Amino acid sequence: MSTDADTQTGSAATPASSGFDNDNRQAATIGDSARDYLNRLRGGDMGSLPAILGLIFLFIVFASLNDRFLTTYNMANLVIQAGSICVMAMGIVFVLLLGEIDLSAGVAGGACATITALMLIDHDWTWWAATLAGVAVGALIGTAIGSLVSFLGIPSFVVTLAFFLALQAVPLRLIGSGGSLRYDDAVLRGLSIKNVPVTAGWIVAVLIVVGFAALSLWRYRTLSAKGLVHQPIGLVVIRIAVLAAVVLGLTALLNANRAPNPNFTIAGIPWVLPVVIALLLFWTFVLTKTRFGRHLYAVGGNAEAARRAGINVRRIRIMAFVICSSMAALSGLLLASYVGKVSPGSGGGNVLLYAVGAAVIGGTSLFGGRGRAIDGVIGGLVIATIPNGLGLLNQASYINFLVTGGVLLLAASVDAISRRRRSSAGV
Amino acid sequence: MEPLLELRGVNKSFGVVHVLHDVDFAVYPGQVTALVGDNGAGKSTLVKIIAGIYGRDSGDYHFDGKQVEVHGPRDVAALGVEVVYQDLALCDNLDIVENMFLGREETSRFGLDEVTMETRARETLASLSVRTVKSVRQSVASLSGGQRQTVAIAKAVLWNSKVVLLDEPTAALGVAQTRQVLDLVRRLADRGLGVVLISHNMTDVFEVADRITALYLGRVAADVPVKDVTHSQVVELITAGRSGDLGIAENPATASV
Repeated sequence: MSTDADTQTGSAATPASSGFDNDNRQAATIGDSARDYLNRLRGGDMGSLPAILGLIFLFIVFASLNDRFLTTYNMANLVIQAGSICVMAMGIVFVLLLGEIDLSAGVAGGACATITALMLIDHDWTWWAATLAGVAVGALIGTAIGSLVSFLGIPSFVVTLAFFLALQAVPLRLIGSGGSLRYDDAVLRGLSIKNVPVTAGWIVAVLIVVGFAALSLWRYRTLSAKGLVHQPIGLVVIRIAVLAAVVLGLTALLNANRAPNPNFTIAGIPWVLPVVIALLLFWTFVLTKTRFGRHLYAVGGNAEAARRAGINVRRIRIMAFVICSSMAALSGLLLASYVGKVSPGSGGGNVLLYAVGAAVIGGTSLFGGRGRAIDGVIGGLVIATIPNGLGLLNQASYINFLVTGGVLLLAASVDAISRRRRSSAGV
Repeated sequence: MEPLLELRGVNKSFGVVHVLHDVDFAVYPGQVTALVGDNGAGKSTLVKIIAGIYGRDSGDYHFDGKQVEVHGPRDVAALGVEVVYQDLALCDNLDIVENMFLGREETSRFGLDEVTMETRARETLASLSVRTVKSVRQSVASLSGGQRQTVAIAKAVLWNSKVVLLDEPTAALGVAQTRQVLDLVRRLADRGLGVVLISHNMTDVFEVADRITALYLGRVAADVPVKDVTHSQVVELITAGRSGDLGIAENPATASV
């Protein structure tokens, strides 16, 4: 059955595709690439498309219900609120890639933020040393979880559930019930309340666009010169144009004066955004351009095959949990920076489910083997939009839970259905 | 002719179960050696010992005329011995190039060297006259059984390996795809590789094999050139351990009682 499908698609793309020597190395035109893309969508390979459609849908709904939603002030707020969700979701992507789950990431973030806050307040550490301490604790937690999962073979669901319960004790013990630690370090708190100078913001935005364009074109030239599989030049140009529009548009939006009070000026990109983008670029590089990233996908796709290929599956598994918990620590710091304090409840509640929801909505599969760092960012924006928009509508908070739960369920259903379609279509 | 890979007097037990008894096994360059035997005869165990996945209780491992110490799959791969497993061991979510280089990716200063990997994968597939794959950047999930088997075999020869073991390569394939894979097996041997074909299918064995090694209850019942035996003799060797002059003198299962 799948053979029939193969020969059909094969003959559709290249009429004389009987020989390997004339295998198709590029989709000849943009039309062909568009058709390829539609075929993949139909076969269940949706990527981030549901998330982008969902984001557009939410924007239309909230914008029509409340005029304040689309103001630049609220958009900047949205970026700051999304920051910590995006960072945690990027970490969650790594464990989801292996088909595992980390239920403890939220409270791990809270525990690490507590450590950082204590280092700042009680020990007068500078911000970067305190941050490193928090991330190191995160890495330690990840090592413990990963070792239990890969050496003892306990399902990650159970291990991380235990950590979810146990780690809540850390801030409670260190801070005390009902207390809270102020979080007012100029740099760390500044991530949420200060902005990149307008000129610097423009320079970085233009550099990103130019860098992306140069890399894409260089890649296109190398691949086409060597006769390797590559995208048509039209598609490359379109991708560059879309990226330029998004980056420059967002920069223009955030660099405009957004102060509600005409006597003040608030302009510039909130510092959170460059942090998220730097992490996104770094992890995208790790996932797509390093052996470690390739091995992560391999273990998620078929752990036995990876083991036979000589990949140290245990090491990969432990590393995934280490990355997840370390990112959770950074996410906890961003959350504390947004709230301005760390309390025993930090990172509890629905922080974790927001992040898992973000990763899944963004297009990372719960079944392992599929996902990208950017999924966490796109999904994080969708998830952050819901409480932001509902907050403006002055809805009771129970609505927020209902809607977020519904969105998570919807995303998981899309994932499950597209997986089923993938296995039947063999994409 | 000097064997390329040779096991001498190999014994292997799992707990109280003695799976392999003094097994001698040889692979010659440029020849296809068929390893046949009924379920439970010890074929898979022998393959896993050759692959370095299982250790030996006793016996020697020789490669290229020299005795070698083998402690794991990496040692075996370093010798140039590759195993293509029955369940294929490919990752569905990766494409053909990514699968062929899995665990041995080429890197440059800027990370993975996709240019080198794709070029070499393309060359290898072309050198094996593979004619069925649409694009090397196709995900393995979209391939048919025969194509997947082809990719798995191409992965094994990519590393200039000297011995390739194929575990039931045609078990799940249709007629045309079996044809392609058997042709590929023959081409491997014609390139001077030592090929081991593990199969239940006597038609396949008689079509491509040069030698037959039959296992019976963990012992080597016979190791003969394919032209010296008939189809029914091999079936007798597999089911009863002997056939006329060939085979184990006395049925070991009953002898030990």
